[in-house]
Amino acid sequence: MTMSLMSRIRRSSRSVRRRAGAPLAARLGAAGLAAVAALAVATPASADVNVYSARKEALIKPLLDRFTAATGVQVKLVTGKAGPLLQRLKSEGRNSPADVFITVDAGRLHAAKEAGVLAPATSPALEAAVPAAYRDPEGYWTGLSVRARPIFYVKGKVQPGELSTYEALAEPAWKNRICIRSSDNIYNQSLVASMIAAHGQGETLKWMQGFVANFARKPQGGDRDQIKAAAAGECDIAIANTYYFARMLKSDDPDQAKAASKLDVFWPNQSGRGAHVNVSGAGVTAASKNREDAIRLLEFLVSDASQEWYADVNNEYPVKSGVALSATVRDLGEFKADDLNLAKLGELNRDAVKLMDQAGWK
Amino acid sequence: MLAGLLCVPVLVVAASVLQPAGEVWRHLVDTVLAGYVRNSLVLMLGVAAGTLLIGVSTAWLTVSCRFPGVRVFEWALLLPLAVPAYIIAYTYAGMLDFAGPVQTALRDWFGWSRGDYWFPPVRTLGGAVAMLSLVLYPYVYLLARTAFLEQSAAAVDVARTLGCGALGAFVRVTLPAARPAIIAGLSLALMETLADFGTVQHFGVAVFTTGIFRTWFGLGDVTAAAQLSAVLLGFVFALVLLERWSRRGARYTQVGSRSRPLATRRLRGAAAAGAFAACALPLLLGFALPAGQLAAWAIESWRDGVDAGFARLVFNSVALAACASLLALALALLFAYTGRLRPSRPARLATRVASMGYAVPGTVIAVGVMLPFAWLDNTVDAWMRDTFGVSTGLLLSGTLVALMFAYMVRFLAVSLQTVESGLGRITRAMDEAGRSLGYRTPEVVARVHVPILRGSLLTAVLLVFVDVMKELPATLILRPFDFNTLAVRAYELASDERLEDASVAALAIVAAGLVPVLVLSVGIARSRRREGGRPRPRPALERIPASA
Repeated sequence: MTMSLMSRIRRSSRSVRRRAGAPLAARLGAAGLAAVAALAVATPASADVNVYSARKEALIKPLLDRFTAATGVQVKLVTGKAGPLLQRLKSEGRNSPADVFITVDAGRLHAAKEAGVLAPATSPALEAAVPAAYRDPEGYWTGLSVRARPIFYVKGKVQPGELSTYEALAEPAWKNRICIRSSDNIYNQSLVASMIAAHGQGETLKWMQGFVANFARKPQGGDRDQIKAAAAGECDIAIANTYYFARMLKSDDPDQAKAASKLDVFWPNQSGRGAHVNVSGAGVTAASKNREDAIRLLEFLVSDASQEWYADVNNEYPVKSGVALSATVRDLGEFKADDLNLAKLGELNRDAVKLMDQAGWK
Repeated sequence: MLAGLLCVPVLVVAASVLQPAGEVWRHLVDTVLAGYVRNSLVLMLGVAAGTLLIGVSTAWLTVSCRFPGVRVFEWALLLPLAVPAYIIAYTYAGMLDFAGPVQTALRDWFGWSRGDYWFPPVRTLGGAVAMLSLVLYPYVYLLARTAFLEQSAAAVDVARTLGCGALGAFVRVTLPAARPAIIAGLSLALMETLADFGTVQHFGVAVFTTGIFRTWFGLGDVTAAAQLSAVLLGFVFALVLLERWSRRGARYTQVGSRSRPLATRRLRGAAAAGAFAACALPLLLGFALPAGQLAAWAIESWRDGVDAGFARLVFNSVALAACASLLALALALLFAYTGRLRPSRPARLATRVASMGYAVPGTVIAVGVMLPFAWLDNTVDAWMRDTFGVSTGLLLSGTLVALMFAYMVRFLAVSLQTVESGLGRITRAMDEAGRSLGYRTPEVVARVHVPILRGSLLTAVLLVFVDVMKELPATLILRPFDFNTLAVRAYELASDERLEDASVAALAIVAAGLVPVLVLSVGIARSRRREGGRPRPRPALERIPASA
């Protein structure tokens, strides 16, 4: 009697073991999958232009909407960080749905070209609008807007006469007076790449060791943070992109406007190669199934109206000459820009990052 | 099989170790690698100390003491869980920087200028430890609290009769018995620490995650970046081993047919004030201050932030989080029951490897998902083209299926740990008792398992829900066209240095995260009432430690 009861319990517990969790788990799993399927969107029709953009939605979507209004071509958008987006393009290969890749910094445009995800795409309109220095010599990408990375100094603490070149910032006179962001940032990497292009690796490393020794604090935050820190008295000069400074001047936030108003711009290297500039740009993908409309989109982005929008809303410099600047940007003054072909910045990016590691630029 | 699939992204990363180390790897070893290791270790140790200190002490106070506000603290202490770490980092950096309002006010009052005074620098390793501790301690609190509530007062009473003071009994009896749960909570917190990118990047602290990014996108070397990730996985593995070793096979068993909850002590005067402060401080710093700052910004900017697409953002975020949390629960149940009913070494190993995804940065997971999916799609496409002359294009890449898969890899550990620790409380004897009462299998599940597991299942769903709401890197890179979430919106604006505009979306994430946290809290309050009521007989309870 006892024996048979024991064996029954044992047998039954085995069957519990086998089937116990299945019904609940299966039901929940089915529910989850059904919900995912319901959420999944259909694959885009081929008449659309699909854009992978490393520019933030707020800085590009308005122009894409205008393009749709003007041409009737629908534009679909995914934004993200440049590196991962490029990885996505690479792994999707010839089946990638993307037609256009938009990103900032020539270094990244060059990386996309090297990765083989772009195809040459030029047109007379593009070549007429964009100066040669701001597009790839082989037509893989084209610049859409220009930004400069000059020196900003605190009025009253620094006389413009004390400043001259990027190179001079390595001198001991600037010890503990410079604010600049981390070397993780591509704008700084491209700045260093332009130094390598001008002076070679050895000289650049020596310069950078002096420059890094002059930092007022551990590199941190973004470009606006450097301007704020300088305004608050943490350092005397800040290095930042022009549009951040312009946006702060125009900001609704009185604190930001006040901080920016304490600084002024200094254009370095004016008697030499010129101030460091870079672009935001775009290329047509190798996998594009709608090259015609993709090129139309690029042409639209360098049209006068779009270029004015870049200047007015983003406070960047138009890539096309003869387009009006916003008042704030115009007040920064005219300057001589480094006319190095920007593709060079991309080629030297890797060396720049390594040198920055060696110089201890965090 | 399913567990094996979920391992793929982690294994894709781990496999990189087998590739020969390139010239970039040598460069890393020569220059920055030692710094990454040191900073990551210090960050982990710091966060471990911080979360243990806050989590265990507040859990103990709210379980065993009565003092003003304790009923509120019981649930409110979970609130920081709803705040994404990168948001709290942006907010505090904005407030406490040299140029921020606090230091500016100090300088104005005292007429100081730079160098005249010392102020704790927030954008440092120490600052990152503080930020992460403040938002991650609820994991320790939640699990420690459950463990304390489950303990019987009998053991403490024995300790007291043996001459231990209240503190002595806590240190020598209560704490060791709760250790498995505390360690499980701690390992969740530390894995999230290792995976964090936003905080360390904003503070300019060079750890593994930032190093991986730099190597990958700055030096353009995927292999070296993956090798760095593999070293990171080594850290996680060490963490898992450490946890195993700390248990050394010990079991914490409670035998006896009657269990009595721990007695509570009423605190008065200074003791009550101290307890109040100990609970109020983490709540204030981890939730009230940052949420208040966000709200202040949001009042300024909500007109721009809440546009026509905003409802869509909320819907996308909530729908994704809901689907992912239910799916993760289903998988966790499947794996946990398989492990319980038909233990097999390969299955257990696969489950463990898949759980390591929780400590891997979202971007690395995303790439680990992207590569096999794209390979599969392209292979199918090539075969279809060759065979039928039809291109199928990308079937799964760039859809929500891929994204959902990434969420599973990333967050399975959370639901699995919770479900397993719940399932551990159900002994074989209880199954058999059910059978001997004439229940059939479904009835055993419905009448024995479900009531006991209900709390754990709810916790598992809610933790994953909150995690997915906050998740950024994988969502950013794997999402389909024109598909935005609150986290994406908040990140885009915050990283463009427009914190004020980002505040509306950030606040919505916190608010949406609050709902599950409040549901959890109600569960906690109910369990407290039940535990606090009259002692009721319970079956002999053998507690199997939660396994990490």
